[in-house]
Amino acid sequence: MNGANIKKILLPAVLLLSLLFPLVIQNEYYLHIMTLAFIWIIAVYGLNLIAGYTGYLSLAHAGFFAIGAYAISVLTVKAEMNYWLAFLLSVLITSIIGFFIGLIALRTKEHYFAIYTLCVGYIIYLVIYKWEELTGGVRGFIGIPAPPPIGSISFDETVPMYYLVLFFLIIGMVAMYRIVHSLSGRTYKAIRNSEDLAASIGISTMRNKLAAFVLSTAYAGVAGALYASLIRFIGPDIGYTNIIFDMLIYLLVGGIGTLSGPVIGTILVVWVSQNLQFLQDYRMLIFGPLLTFLIIFYPKGIAGSFIQWRQKQKEKAIQKESAQIQGREAETKI
Amino acid sequence: MFLEIAGLTKRFGGLTAVDHVDFSVEENKINAIIGPNGAGKSTFFNLISGFHPPTEGQILYRGQDITGMPSHKIANLGFARTFQTTHLFEQSTVFDNVMVGHRLRTKSTLVDAVFRTPRLKREEEKCKEKALEVLEFTGLSHLADRITANISQEEKKRTAFALALATDPVILFLDEPAAGINPDETEGLTDLIKRISTTGITVCLIEHKMQMIMKLADKIMVLNHGEKIAEGTPEEIQNNQEVIRAYLGGEAIA
Repeated sequence: MNGANIKKILLPAVLLLSLLFPLVIQNEYYLHIMTLAFIWIIAVYGLNLIAGYTGYLSLAHAGFFAIGAYAISVLTVKAEMNYWLAFLLSVLITSIIGFFIGLIALRTKEHYFAIYTLCVGYIIYLVIYKWEELTGGVRGFIGIPAPPPIGSISFDETVPMYYLVLFFLIIGMVAMYRIVHSLSGRTYKAIRNSEDLAASIGISTMRNKLAAFVLSTAYAGVAGALYASLIRFIGPDIGYTNIIFDMLIYLLVGGIGTLSGPVIGTILVVWVSQNLQFLQDYRMLIFGPLLTFLIIFYPKGIAGSFIQWRQKQKEKAIQKESAQIQGREAETKI
Repeated sequence: MFLEIAGLTKRFGGLTAVDHVDFSVEENKINAIIGPNGAGKSTFFNLISGFHPPTEGQILYRGQDITGMPSHKIANLGFARTFQTTHLFEQSTVFDNVMVGHRLRTKSTLVDAVFRTPRLKREEEKCKEKALEVLEFTGLSHLADRITANISQEEKKRTAFALALATDPVILFLDEPAAGINPDETEGLTDLIKRISTTGITVCLIEHKMQMIMKLADKIMVLNHGEKIAEGTPEEIQNNQEVIRAYLGGEAIA
């Protein structure tokens, strides 16, 4: 089976499965977990754009996720703004803050960038935690509204919310697919490959890195806003360092720098950790070694390793073919 | 004047890597820079292509002062370069490596990408055509779908050439193109460089392989300890006593 065939069969199958999921699984709790997983996938796609495709490991994305969540909470609860306007504004606010942070952070590279953004993420958490008048401090926000009903569909309920989040996820995935396969996507990959080479072929590295970074924060903002509307209660913990490392685990397990990685990794890890819930914090005893094993033997994650394996098969086939052609040519000469 | 370099100097702390070098690159010719290891040749290239700002001196391109301009803007003027160690995207195909080379001649943005506008489609087509054209020119068409990590060193060099050519350059800087490849392959690259030159692209190269340089170059500059010690035609350089002393330790050039 070649790549095109896999896509042709697998993609509609997964889509159909996600559409039928609420009809098959009647358990509200499972639906809730799945909706939550979809929200994380959106955030992980954002992280993937900057860390996977552009090569800048941002550890501030939990912070941007929290900014999105808090922005919509402040705008709907305190300012009593129209929900969708507030939603749009919260994504915009996240992106604008992302722009200014990116402007400074992207002057650093590699480890320094990771350390710098880790600090930025922690500072965002602290600001949320300490700025009581705006964010409610440690108490957080209660009573964040669900999206307003469309006709008779009320988003207070689990199933409509599931479909709403799925809708955003699909839009996010289509946009990401197009970006990755466009000239812009190729530009980001060129920067990841070698910034010197990218600059030498006329790519303005700063402008492109900034565009990728801002867009990746916008994804985090969308995820944050959806999270607040789903959970309806938020506290400063959603911006804590734990969250970014969760996202990073999802991305690494699925495959960094791949399009299917965020989906595979997030859903897998979320469900496995759900089923290990009875172990409470001891589940890290299982996760830790598993993750170490994965990083050592499959550093490209599940999707990345699969893609690599298929590339190798294809490469072998090409070599075999050219060897045969040479063989035939040699025969005809004789 | 095509490309005029005057009093170019670069100091890294106490070390003067390039010391008041004057040089003019001649249009449509093959210009070579030679010199012993550590003579400042690569630094000289890095200064011209904008990777380092010079400490002193001036670079004029067709009368325009481009001193200290960032490298991507210099590339947009038509300056392309290859690196001593080829940095290619090893996990991608040869074609994908080369396709991004024409990006600087396109304008589509993220918005075009998300909405797949006609402009993006048109520009992607343009980049593809360009990539196929330069792969054909460099003799790599049959390797277009191969993973770069699996092709030979010489083929990687050619891929780097193809990528540089995809930018539609006016002038091409080659930093030791023949390093690490065998004599037969060197011959092939020499031919390729000649062919590039005949298409009207000015070539400027650094190389250690003397036979190759003597065969190719129209003009040679010799650097030693950051200073220019000689400049001239291959014959002049071969008979220059100072060059022989500095570069070859007293022996005549083969």
